[in-house]
Formats: sequence, structure tokens, C-alpha cells
Amino acid sequence: MIKLDSVSKRYGAFEALKNVSLEIGDGEFVVIAGHSGAGKSTLLKLIAALEPASQGSILVNGQNLAALRPAALPYLRRRFGLVFQDHKLLFDRNAFDNVMLPLAIAGFPHREAEKRARAALDKVGLLARERAMPVALSGGEQQRLCIARAVVSRPAFLLADEPTGNLDAGAAADIIAIFRAFHEVGVTVVVATHDAALCAGGRTIRLAHGAVCP
Amino acid sequence: MNTWLAQHAAALRDALSRLAGAPLAALANVVVIALALSLPLALYVLINNLQSLAGHFDPVPQISIFLDVNADAGAAGAIESRLKQHAGVANYRFVSREQALTDLAGRVQFGDLLAELPRNPLPDAFVVTPAHIAPAALEALRAEAAHWDGVALVQLDSAWAQRLDAGLRFARLSAWLLAGLLAAVVVAAIINTLRLQILTRREEIEIAQLIGATRAWLRRPLLYFGAAQGLLGGLLAWALATGAILLLDQALADLLRLYALEFRLAPPTVVEGICAAAAAALLGWLGAWLSALLHLR
Repeated sequence: MIKLDSVSKRYGAFEALKNVSLEIGDGEFVVIAGHSGAGKSTLLKLIAALEPASQGSILVNGQNLAALRPAALPYLRRRFGLVFQDHKLLFDRNAFDNVMLPLAIAGFPHREAEKRARAALDKVGLLARERAMPVALSGGEQQRLCIARAVVSRPAFLLADEPTGNLDAGAAADIIAIFRAFHEVGVTVVVATHDAALCAGGRTIRLAHGAVCP
Repeated sequence: MNTWLAQHAAALRDALSRLAGAPLAALANVVVIALALSLPLALYVLINNLQSLAGHFDPVPQISIFLDVNADAGAAGAIESRLKQHAGVANYRFVSREQALTDLAGRVQFGDLLAELPRNPLPDAFVVTPAHIAPAALEALRAEAAHWDGVALVQLDSAWAQRLDAGLRFARLSAWLLAGLLAAVVVAAIINTLRLQILTRREEIEIAQLIGATRAWLRRPLLYFGAAQGLLGGLLAWALATGAILLLDQALADLLRLYALEFRLAPPTVVEGICAAAAAALLGWLGAWLSALLHLR
């Protein structure tokens, strides 16, 4: 359960989010829609505690993010699987090792981590390419690899920021299908996109100029 | 516990692969550390060598009271009874002139020469161990004994040993100060190396932070990296100091042989070498920790 209450975020004089209040229930599939610059990315960053809110409170499973010690933030972040438009893969290691990273950070026993990494790669259809370096993967494959890394530690929340931004229609549909599959097994999925048509069927929250449209 | 061990093992592997990945840069750094540490280590060992030389002699000073060559047995008896009652005397030993001659003849090569002398030139003597070794007390005792009847000369033995000891203490303090300064150099070198490491891995660190890496997790391989460089530098410093002292030993032995003296320099012991390497590893660890504190955000 994610709950925002009158949340604002300012970067200097620029107000990226204005007085946003919303709730995302467990197991929901939510689309954050809006033009670029509407505040979608900022909203996701605040929820994943990558940045602090300027005002208002954000509760994740009842925990107030503003009240957390800085040392506790990494543990909170592990509850979120993050998918980025630019993938943020490590280009000096292969697909398998990229997926292993969150498990290494969380301190999983090596053998179990390997099993989980292969399972995650399998779910996104990249098991056959586990030894490939990211540069050898297509844009769609890189995005699927990013998703495998996001879900490998089985987070309760999957947050995706413009996951289909750089992809052609076919690859984008594949990505959305993968999100739906995770949603079906109980993961809360939040997708920020300027192309809400892709995600028809989910609840849509519209942002414009940093505020929620009624 | 297993997780903890596995994470440390992974961090160590990561650190070693970074070292192996840029062997020339790592080697340059190790050499800098080794040069910085070999100097104080070699100095320290040299001072210890001189200390052991001084240790051949009794560190407690002794006072030799030489009687007049013409003094009779009565004068010697009077002095002996004074010494027996004197509060400043711990104990004493009488060395008769005959015994002194025998000792001398046995100790030096010119025994033949002594036999040529028409009469024994040596006086009777008392060797006194003072109860108090403070310089002022020693001087007072020396001055007092000098005025006793039949006393020709009072000599403070081992005064030179005390001077040597004080000199060595000064030298050792200087070596420690130098070691402190050069330790700071080592820490600074490691801080800078690790800063570059952090900068080149900026992207990787940011991504790891996005997916929940703690500061400790990010810092761990850096600490191992710094400690490993320090350890290698310390081991190399040990080797350099040993080599330098063995070279000096040969030259010094050649020099002293000309004076018919025998003194050998001992290289650093295994314990000293291991301590130096451990200290260097600790400095590397400290440098890495400081660098992480400054540059890891």
C-alpha cells in the first residue's frame, strides 16, 4: 500500500509536483499518464525514496519515508523493483551478472541466487542469452533485462518509468505483457508512460504540470 | 554468518580483480607505499642494532675508584669501611692491582709487552655499584670519593653508555616521527587512488544505490582494495629494508675489520616484518575508509 498525502516537490524555484494526494492499493496495476515534464518521473522517485519530498507525507506499507533514517533507505529500496527508460545496466558484465547484482547486494547465498537469476531471465525470455553482454542486446532485450533485474529479488512493488519510451510497438507490447504477468501473480505494478493507450485496462492517474487531473 | 562471510569473500574477490585488472597502476602505488615505509623501517632496525650493541654493557652505571699507586693496605681498608657504611652504595668489589694485571694480560694481545714492564703500573681499585643512578647522585658520590685519602682518580663508568642510550632514544623518537609523517603520505596516496576508483565506477555505484546497496556494501571492496595495496607495499618495504641492511652490513663489516672489530647488523626479524606489513595494511584500510567517507555519496 502506497499513500501520498499533499506531496510537493520543488527543485529550486521549479515545482515538479504540487500537492499530490493518491493511494495505490496492494496488487493494483496503475498507469501514471501525462506529457513529458508532468511530474511522472518525480512521483516515482519520491515513492522509491530516491529523493525526499519537499512537503507532505509518503507512506509505504504504513512506513513514513520522511521519518526513516538515511541508513534504512537502502533496505526500503529493496522492496521496489525499478525499471528505467535508459535501463541503467552495467555494460562491463553480462546479462546474468547484471541480474545477480541485487541478490549480491541483499546477500543471497550464491547457489540460490543463481537459481533465482535464471528464473528471472526465463520469465523475460532471455535465458538463452544469459552470457550476452548488454551491448549485444537489442533495445527491447535490454529493457527486458532491466525488468529481470528489477524482479529477481521478488519485490512487492514494480515501478517502471517510461519503460517503452525507446521501443517499437512490438517490443513495447512485449514489455507490457510481462508487466501484466507479474501483476497477475500479485505484484503491485506502477507504470509511468506518456502512451496510456498501451496499458489499457489498468487504473489511470493523469498528471499535468505536477498536479493530479481530476 | 554465512551471508556475512560470503559478502566479504565477494568484496575481497572484487578488490583483487580490480588490482589484477590494472596491474601497472597497482604496482606504482605499491612501490610508492613501499618506498615511504622502507625508510622508517630500516632506520628502526638500525637503531635496534645499535641498541643491542649498547645492551652488551651493563646499563647500570658503575663508579671505579682508583687508589694511588703508592697507597698502602691501610688506606684501602679505610676506604672499604667507608664504602660499607655509605648509604649511596649498593655494593662494591675490590680489584687488587695484581688481579687487574692478570685480567689485562689475559684480555689483550700485548701480554708479552706487560711482562717487559719493570713493575706493575696498575693501582688497586674499588668497583662500586651505586644505590641511586640519578646523574646528580652519581656526581655527588664521585665528588665525595675523590676527596678520600689515598684516592687518585674516581671514574664514572658507563657514562658513555648512558649517552649512547639517550642518543638512541632521540634517534628512535625521530624514526617514529618520520614514520608518522610517511604514514600520512601512504594514507594520502591511498585516498587519492581510491578517489579515482570511485570516480571511474561512478555509474556502477549509482546503479547499485538505486537497487538498495548500503554504504557498507559499496565501501567493503574499497577497504579490501586499500588494505591489499597497503599489505603488498608493506611486504615490499620489508624486502627493501632487508636488502638495504644486508648491503650495509657487508660494508660495515669491511670497515670494522680494519679496526679489528666485529659487529654484524641484523636485518628485520620476521615478527618486525609482519608487523610492518600489518601496519601498512591498516594504513591502506584507513586511507580507503577516509576516501569512501569523502567521495562515496
